[in-house]
Amino acid sequence: MEHFLEKLGSAVIKWLQYIGEVVLLFVETLRQMKKPLRIHHMFAQMAHLGVDTLPIVGLTLLFTGMVMTLQVAHEFIRFGAQSTIGGVITIAVGRELGPVLVGVVAAGRVGAAITAEISTMKVTEQIDALRVMATNPVGYLVVPRMLACMFMVPVLTIFGDFIGVVGGWFVAVFRSGISSYLYWHSITMFVEAYDITGGLIKSVVFGIIIAVLGCYCGLKAPNGAEGVGLATTRSVVSAIIMIFCANCFLSLILYQ
Amino acid sequence: MSETVMELKHINKFFGSTQVIHDVNFKVQKGDFVTLLGPSGCGKTTILRMIAGFYEPDSGEIHLAGRQIERVPPYARNTAMVFQEYALFPHMTVFENVAYGLRVRHTEDSVVKKKVGEALELMQLLGMEDRYPNQMSGGQQQRVAVARALVMQPDVLLLDEPLSNLDAKLRESVRVELRSIQQKMGLTTIYVTHDQQEALSMSDSVIVLQKGFLRQQGKPHEIYFAPRTPFVADFIGTTNLIKVNGDDALLVGYDEDTVLQADAVCPKGEHTLSIRPESIRLSEKPSPSATDNIMPVTVVRSMFLGEKMRYFVQDRKGQEWIADIFDPGRKIYEGEVYMLFAADRTHVIEEDD
Ligand SMILES: Nc1ncnc2c1ncn2[C@@H]1O[C@H](COP(=O)(O)OP(=O)(O)OP(=O)(O)O)[C@@H](O)[C@H]1O
Ligand SMILES: [Mg+2]
Repeated sequence: MEHFLEKLGSAVIKWLQYIGEVVLLFVETLRQMKKPLRIHHMFAQMAHLGVDTLPIVGLTLLFTGMVMTLQVAHEFIRFGAQSTIGGVITIAVGRELGPVLVGVVAAGRVGAAITAEISTMKVTEQIDALRVMATNPVGYLVVPRMLACMFMVPVLTIFGDFIGVVGGWFVAVFRSGISSYLYWHSITMFVEAYDITGGLIKSVVFGIIIAVLGCYCGLKAPNGAEGVGLATTRSVVSAIIMIFCANCFLSLILYQ
Repeated sequence: MSETVMELKHINKFFGSTQVIHDVNFKVQKGDFVTLLGPSGCGKTTILRMIAGFYEPDSGEIHLAGRQIERVPPYARNTAMVFQEYALFPHMTVFENVAYGLRVRHTEDSVVKKKVGEALELMQLLGMEDRYPNQMSGGQQQRVAVARALVMQPDVLLLDEPLSNLDAKLRESVRVELRSIQQKMGLTTIYVTHDQQEALSMSDSVIVLQKGFLRQQGKPHEIYFAPRTPFVADFIGTTNLIKVNGDDALLVGYDEDTVLQADAVCPKGEHTLSIRPESIRLSEKPSPSATDNIMPVTVVRSMFLGEKMRYFVQDRKGQEWIADIFDPGRKIYEGEVYMLFAADRTHVIEEDD
């Protein structure tokens, strides 16, 4: 029993320390932002990270929109509520599914790529080489990646939202026999701009989480060849958990 | 005339609860090539990284070029480091790699060009400016890494086993090159290695570490001929370490009926005597001169090493000795022979491990 408590205690301490260090890195990143930004670094990161992720985001949201509609339409038609389907799907996608799924996909693609790159630099001592040559690795590596993710993840979310709604439309019209007009009309009736923008606010936060955790795990990668793999797995898993966790709080705040 | 440019005072370092550096003190003279030498895990890298600023010592002071720097961040220390894995930036050309540090300092383009050109010329890399690191051999990458450090004109250049990835031939030639550049530029250098050959051949001063303790600092020949502890004697080259009984005299007792002459007065009590294999001669006849020690021994094994013959011999006490006979001709000793060594070729080690 005592042994168990001891283990639990040390796990909690480790976890708190981890959170603390991540927060410190985030604060340091904000401080480093004051320095003149190398804009081309940020755009390079956006192109590098965003373009690769676009098709996966599209596929994920397409199928999710389709399957949601499949389930929802069946029940809604039974209750005679077919005129609300478009709106319901759009709200679900805009508020929750779009940002969260894009966040998860981006954590797997973008977060992993960031960690792999930075941990390789760490393991090959390039980070130390930067530091001796008067370069702050946070300013040089973390800032452009965080800014890129802050812009890129919402852009991907807008795209994902749209694809998700289109996927819903496809199933509603061709499978559930709802008219195209009714689907789009219900969107204009029920959906407010805030349903989408609220989701985008979330995705900005998710972008920050992905970038900061990705960089943190990379910078803390254990030395040796297996360090890169370990760091990458850790980065993806913790980013996904943090996204779900943050999403819950953000929904409570944004959609009360 | 020499001037201390760097000094470590009472440096201690813990990782977690294990102490890896124990009260290390040393001074480095301007323009010297100093080697940190010791077996794997003895704390060489840790000391180097504390000088560079990647680790903070838990206690103690580091002084560099008149400043106390142990709390100064790495980029404000004016050190430059060459890493074991080179740590070149793979997405930059050779030129950009070398120019990077100068660019960070906002150096003018024309100056950057000139300085990088000079460094590349010094490292014999002209014509490779536009290559990427992955288009170069290990030795070339190594030279780029050195060039990148040289352009910064650091107060001290730090190298962590920079030659360990090179094959023996290349290592030899880069070693010579590095040393001559270092001397030409008068660059104070701290070099980490576990290769005692390398340490002896390159250094002005060698620092021997063991388990985080500084065992001895001295010129290569001092370390070699006058080791202060049995560990140092054994780690640097090959030696015969034998236990003797001192009596505040030049003569020391070896066994019941053998007394040896040592090079210096040996204090009372049990001490270690170090005798290098190359100081030992073998003879079939007992014909010692006045300053020779002599002992009858049996040849156990011998080994032909080209320029020398290595004999493993056993004395009456059962102690095994190594004797190197250079330029052996065709003479091979076998069976019962006499072993001779001059008194001034012995060395009394006063400290214990
Ligand atoms: N970051 C670290 N955390 C914990 N222990 C460490 C760390 N770095 C080094 N050590 C320990 O400190 C001791 C000294 O390590 P160091 O890397 O300085 O040795 P070294 O002399 O450079 O060895 P090598 O020749 O193998 O490179 C070792 O026992 C090592 O296990
Ligand atoms: Mg080392």
